[in-house]
Amino acid sequence: MRALLSGNEAVARGAYESGVVFASAYPGTPSTEILENVAKYDEIYAEWSPNEKVALDTAIGAAYAGKRVLAAMKHVGLNVAAESLFYSAYTGINGALVIVTADDPGLHSSQNEQDNRYYAKFAKVPMLEPTDSQESKDFVGLGLEISEQFDTPVLLRMTTRICHSMSIVELGERTAAPPSPQPYERNIQKYAMLPGFARARHPVIEQRLEDLAEYAETFPYNKIEWGDRSLGIVANGVSYQYAREVFPEASFLKLGMSWPLPERLIREFASGVEKLVVVEELDPFLEEHLKIMGLKVAAGKDYFPIVGEFNPRVVREAAHKAGLVGKPSPTPESGVSDLPPRPPVLCAGCPHRPVFYMLKKHGLVVNGDIGCYALATLAPISTTDTIGCMGASIGVAHGMNKAGFEGRAVATIGDSTFWHAGMPPLLNVIYNKSNTVTLIVDNETTAMTGHQNHPSTGRTLKGEETSRGDFEALARAMGYEEVRTVNPLNLKELEEALEASLEANKPAVLISRSPCIFLYKERPGLFEVDLDRCNACGRCFEIGCPAIIRSSEIDEKTGKAKAEINPILCFGCAVCEQVCARKAIHTVEEQ
Amino acid sequence: MKTTNFALVGVGGQGVLLASDILSQVGVASGLDVKKSEVHGMAQRGGSVLSQVIWGEKVYAPLQGKGDIDYLLSFELLETLRWLDFLRPTGIAIVNEQRLPPLAVSSGGMEYPGQERIEKTLARATKQYYIVPALAKAQELGTDRATNVVLLGALSRHLDVPKKQWLDVIEERVPKKYLELNRRAFAAGREL
Repeated sequence: MRALLSGNEAVARGAYESGVVFASAYPGTPSTEILENVAKYDEIYAEWSPNEKVALDTAIGAAYAGKRVLAAMKHVGLNVAAESLFYSAYTGINGALVIVTADDPGLHSSQNEQDNRYYAKFAKVPMLEPTDSQESKDFVGLGLEISEQFDTPVLLRMTTRICHSMSIVELGERTAAPPSPQPYERNIQKYAMLPGFARARHPVIEQRLEDLAEYAETFPYNKIEWGDRSLGIVANGVSYQYAREVFPEASFLKLGMSWPLPERLIREFASGVEKLVVVEELDPFLEEHLKIMGLKVAAGKDYFPIVGEFNPRVVREAAHKAGLVGKPSPTPESGVSDLPPRPPVLCAGCPHRPVFYMLKKHGLVVNGDIGCYALATLAPISTTDTIGCMGASIGVAHGMNKAGFEGRAVATIGDSTFWHAGMPPLLNVIYNKSNTVTLIVDNETTAMTGHQNHPSTGRTLKGEETSRGDFEALARAMGYEEVRTVNPLNLKELEEALEASLEANKPAVLISRSPCIFLYKERPGLFEVDLDRCNACGRCFEIGCPAIIRSSEIDEKTGKAKAEINPILCFGCAVCEQVCARKAIHTVEEQ
Repeated sequence: MKTTNFALVGVGGQGVLLASDILSQVGVASGLDVKKSEVHGMAQRGGSVLSQVIWGEKVYAPLQGKGDIDYLLSFELLETLRWLDFLRPTGIAIVNEQRLPPLAVSSGGMEYPGQERIEKTLARATKQYYIVPALAKAQELGTDRATNVVLLGALSRHLDVPKKQWLDVIEERVPKKYLELNRRAFAAGREL
């Protein structure tokens, strides 16, 4: 049977078909749908872990237990899990483990554009790179086989365009357990990485890498496709697809395994073509290796950009500059650069909005974090100064406050992000005594990636009921005396609690708790503006709600537009009602 | 090895992704190779949405750049202009007559482009553009939410695929109780 699947769905299908019994992940675009789809199979136990490091340790444990296992994360998630990747490379994994890393060229939903192929080289583990959904499925099974054969974790590198593009996949059946399940046996020389034991493992890892390089020579997806021999293209991942379209006649060396590289195959290809060209998105990973091998690369990163995502036009234009293809058709220029932008915005009714509105009112330096509330950085809310990575907010705020500066830094961090990486820095604030106020903006879900469960939602990935993590009790256990919880949709309550937290001038936690609007079955209300009372002061526009729009009615005194509420978008949060000094905003009964 | 490249554009929540799913499945049902590309995550929060569908005997790239799209199916006027450079000069633009002012217009100081500018810009980009009242048609049938299927109907007139093929896929993709409504929406679109 054939089906149109996204790369992420295909990875999940691959896990199912190849007998995976255990999978773990933390949500992160573009990888999130992998575990969401894995979880649909009754045969596979799947869990959301609090962060990627926990997900990987958990997966390593399951593999030590002798099972076939999958872990998935976005590219920066592998930074969080890096330490676990490195030890598991040394211990080996007994069963089988494939770790999916989903890179994000073009930064569709990330803080950087890092190229995780370097992790394979760095950790000395093999890496596979699919070029479409079919290979995304197949490479899970192949990766598990490599993992079993060589006793190593295997990285499966996806990119946004592989994860979120759909293409046709031939579906198969689930194979039963792997042919030789590996029971766990105590072996401290292999699994307990004391320096003395680890020292003895290092040469084993070097030998394994040599064996893998030999394997790579015959790996069926490292493949020469001979065409016109005047031009030879080396390509990987989605770049292969773009290059195929731009150079329909050329010879290709398609590298489905990007580490370790098949040097004999590469040399055979290089000697069979007149010009060797490397087409790879992001960094010159393959190009550097070819150059170390002493091969002459006619065109690489001197033409094909390091920055940003490829598409056929990007590749064609670069190839033209390199003198490899004719002039592409001109890029249309309709002269529409001055259009009003439509960036993503905090939803109407979002409980994060009043928190950031209040922080702005108090002139605080706001160290933000990863989540929907990052959208409060931009106009009109314009309230967040720094955003780095998961959990950075609290440590950065502590550092700023401790170092001393003109102002007061506070940290804002979401519920899921707090469980991910917020606990150690929150402990640090109280241990090292800064007057940092940490606002945990708890909307009771992992909103940005599409509303996944986490350790305080009371549900697991498989939908089972479970415990609920308690922020208040946790902060008190750490030693915090200043712990407050407010409903942010009540501005007065929010402001009093914020002011009390700041005035305490010691470590404080302020939990702002109100569910994401996507968790409601129906909206709690609907508001409208009484145009006779509105004097166009503009205060309600400052909260930056997409439901509040300029009315066509102009106030005579000021000449400014009065406000109006879009009844389709309004969610009924009542924040605008509370900021209106004229009492011009009131509820309406819904029909 | 010529492929047929579609770009579907609009605003999060307008039904762009369901339309591109249906378009992809129609390609598969016609025996073609199909790839579809879209971005999830941050772009969902009321932002601008682009989804591409590529049909062909053999499709390599899941994504095309500026100037390489054959059919631009736009759900919103401003988004039409934003993505217009993706259309080939010989391409066809089918545009839903609907304005959804973004925050920069509704509460900020920017202006939504006027009808004259929209039409002039479209006319410069292609000879073949059609601004169609898909939203109004859907509303006549009783719901805004059928706008995407009305637009697919309008697109289907330009493609060499039997009507039955479209209706079969629509039947698979929409809940039974909305099937008749969507059939009528598709038929209305074909007449725009």
